Amino acid sequence: MTPRKLLLTATTALSLALGGAAQAETFRLGTNGDLYGLDPHSMTDSFTVSFLNHIYEALVRYDADLKIEPALATSWEQIDETTVRYHLREGVKFHDGQDLTAEDVVASVNRAAHEDSPIRGNIAGLVGAKMVDDMTVDLLLDGPNPLLNNFLTNILIFDAGWLEENNALDPIDAQKGEEGYTTSHANGTGPFRFVSRTPDAQTVLEVNEGWWDTPQHNITRIELNPINSDATRVAAMLSGELDMIVPSPLQDSKRIEATPGMHVLEAPGLRAIMMGFNLGDQLNNASTEGNPLKKVEVRQALVHAISYDLLRDKIMRGKSRNLGTLVAPQVPGFDDANDEIPAYDPELAKQMLADAGYADGFSFNMNCPNDSYVNDAAICQALAAMFARVGVKADLTAETKAIHFEHARANETDMFMLGWATLPMLDGYSVLSAMLHTPGGQMGTWNPGGYSNAEVDRLTEAVAVELDADKRLAMMVEAFAIAKNDVAWLPLHAQPLSWAARDGVSIPQTGDDKARLWLARID
Amino acid sequence: MFAFLLRRIVQAALVMLVVASIAFLMFRFLGDPISNLLPEDATVEERADLREKIGLNDPFVVQYGRFITNAAQGDFGQSYRNNRPVSDLLAERFPATAELVLVAASLALALGIPLGIYTALNPRGWISQGLQVVSLLGISVPTFVTGILLILLFSVTLGWLPSFGRGEVVDLGGWTTGFLTLSGLKALILPSIMLALFQMTLIMRLVRAEMLEVLRADYIKFARARGMPNRMLHFKYALKNTLIPVMTIFGLQLGGLIAFAIITETVFQWPGMGFLFIQAVNFSDVPVMAAYLVLVSFLFVVINTIVDLLYHVVDPRLRVEKSTARGV
Repeated sequence: MTPRKLLLTATTALSLALGGAAQAETFRLGTNGDLYGLDPHSMTDSFTVSFLNHIYEALVRYDADLKIEPALATSWEQIDETTVRYHLREGVKFHDGQDLTAEDVVASVNRAAHEDSPIRGNIAGLVGAKMVDDMTVDLLLDGPNPLLNNFLTNILIFDAGWLEENNALDPIDAQKGEEGYTTSHANGTGPFRFVSRTPDAQTVLEVNEGWWDTPQHNITRIELNPINSDATRVAAMLSGELDMIVPSPLQDSKRIEATPGMHVLEAPGLRAIMMGFNLGDQLNNASTEGNPLKKVEVRQALVHAISYDLLRDKIMRGKSRNLGTLVAPQVPGFDDANDEIPAYDPELAKQMLADAGYADGFSFNMNCPNDSYVNDAAICQALAAMFARVGVKADLTAETKAIHFEHARANETDMFMLGWATLPMLDGYSVLSAMLHTPGGQMGTWNPGGYSNAEVDRLTEAVAVELDADKRLAMMVEAFAIAKNDVAWLPLHAQPLSWAARDGVSIPQTGDDKARLWLARID
Repeated sequence: MFAFLLRRIVQAALVMLVVASIAFLMFRFLGDPISNLLPEDATVEERADLREKIGLNDPFVVQYGRFITNAAQGDFGQSYRNNRPVSDLLAERFPATAELVLVAASLALALGIPLGIYTALNPRGWISQGLQVVSLLGISVPTFVTGILLILLFSVTLGWLPSFGRGEVVDLGGWTTGFLTLSGLKALILPSIMLALFQMTLIMRLVRAEMLEVLRADYIKFARARGMPNRMLHFKYALKNTLIPVMTIFGLQLGGLIAFAIITETVFQWPGMGFLFIQAVNFSDVPVMAAYLVLVSFLFVVINTIVDLLYHVVDPRLRVEKSTARGV
């Protein structure tokens, strides 16, 4: 080697090394829980699926404004009422080097729609998939489905050959007592590839240089550190061990803001917090005869007993958004007229109660979770105090979520708290079908109080199959207006999202509380 | 000795059976795992299907019987949350807890005994008085508060030590250890101090009290009258007799360390068995909870058996008497 060549080689090596160092950007993310596993078809936990979305991709995805955009599919068209054809993107490679083909999509969709699949409920109406040619797939439905693409954002695509090789074509069945290969291994098409994972300690991803999309991020490595304890997570953030935490506890916002080099990211979330009613013939509270809550006048009176502003300013520290309707503004089905907040007027509430025959008030049971939503138990305490001002006594029980939702679902309470983000559907139909339609079959699965209105039912069923977006939206708004007038549920607010990051981190914060690191930049 | 061990084994089996049944009874009140396993808008039929599938519809006795039969064959079932065999999960987490408890116990002994001796030998010195006050704090302040304070001081303010996790671990054929890397050792410091503090102060106070007691005994006075040097007197004769009750208490407390580790592991995101248990409680993951409780009760019995055996070894008088089983 001549000296000149040697010099050249050395310079190249040096510049490579320097370049590599400048680009080695590790993103250290702290979250309040760990992934359930690496198989996105094995559970419906939305945090797990959203993080696995860095490794695996779907046919379509949400952009930073929560609008559907093409991902592994480039275009699609409705063939007939029960068939939608997807054209796949050319040149997409899995992390192990295999090409994406129609075969992979068919195997993945059938795996998700398999009768043992735990996520089958997320793709209601999807019967299966059929290969048309190498790069074209038909999805088969049991009827028109305007929300198919919304569902598909969560159906992540595996490599068929890899699944077959590792005996994982069928979904993991917990009952068989076998551990799925896909629980601890991953092979997707996404912007990052899986490196290692220690449950409850750390999961590491590395950038996928061969990603089909033009990366907007500059991250080379992701370290996911679950830290369940709020205080410890904040401490780790403050001590500089993490670049970002999701979520950041509301009560620590000021402290983080006051720390140099750190800031809090806040955005209104999709999750609407509301109270549900027992609408049966008899309250569970033994000291009340019959069920005053069944009278719509009584429910309307209770609405006027609530000071929305007080809840927002005192309990939620000014961070929540008052809601007059059952979906957040980002969700299709939201309408300004429905969102109008009822006036706070205890005197009027008392008068209305007296007119309904309850001048002396009544008692009812109220159940709230204390570990599910932001300040959930405190909200209920405030509500109970507000109801007391108009002479209605709420016997409050604050309980852990596993017990709370069991009580609520079995209608073993008279008023309960529920938060609904409409995910993964991201559409008002989620509320209409699950919470407002008369219970029965696939409908009204979260309508334990038994709200029933024939017009709402009719509109809901029409919305389910209407493919015209404008007509569909109008029907949803109409149904929500009826529900508002009936006070079917008592909406309170859209829960705020709170993340914290060190300065130099930029990331779009979407209302679905999912950190999309492939859109993040750090320096 | 053989009869003693045999009796202990029978006792251990009984204790574990009782713990398992109490655990199963308690878990009925922990809520419904189904609501954690399915999406919020799952249908009534889907719920019923899953309930049937994982056997939640069977009567309590059948579920309990099934658990015991399988557990006897070493199969603790499948975790609802992690989709993995419970025995694998526990085996994976055991090294983390074991190392934490080991370091904490050594710390408690290595500091507690010398400090106890010092305070006993210099009862009026101002250092002793100070140590007594500090030890009172150590006993009365809840451990999670000390943990948070330690994090605040050493991680946030000083930035010396990590606030969470185990650092880098080395896998030695199924046993992951944090002893072999710098970050692993650093990560051990704060959690083990938090866990050791209570035990350390307890041992210190115990050693001090016992030692003061022994120093008043006649044989010490005679030895001193004969002109035996203080060093020999204190460390050869007094200390040995002091340590017998300390050893018993420490054996009992070792089980306590494993139990207290739940709090330490939660505060420091330490990926051990206690942390697994807390998560299982939040998720109503009954197989994990039951297996953990049975395992811990087994450890308690084993530790106490070892302590009883050691007692026989150390105290010559017991070897003559007919061995009697001590309380479990």
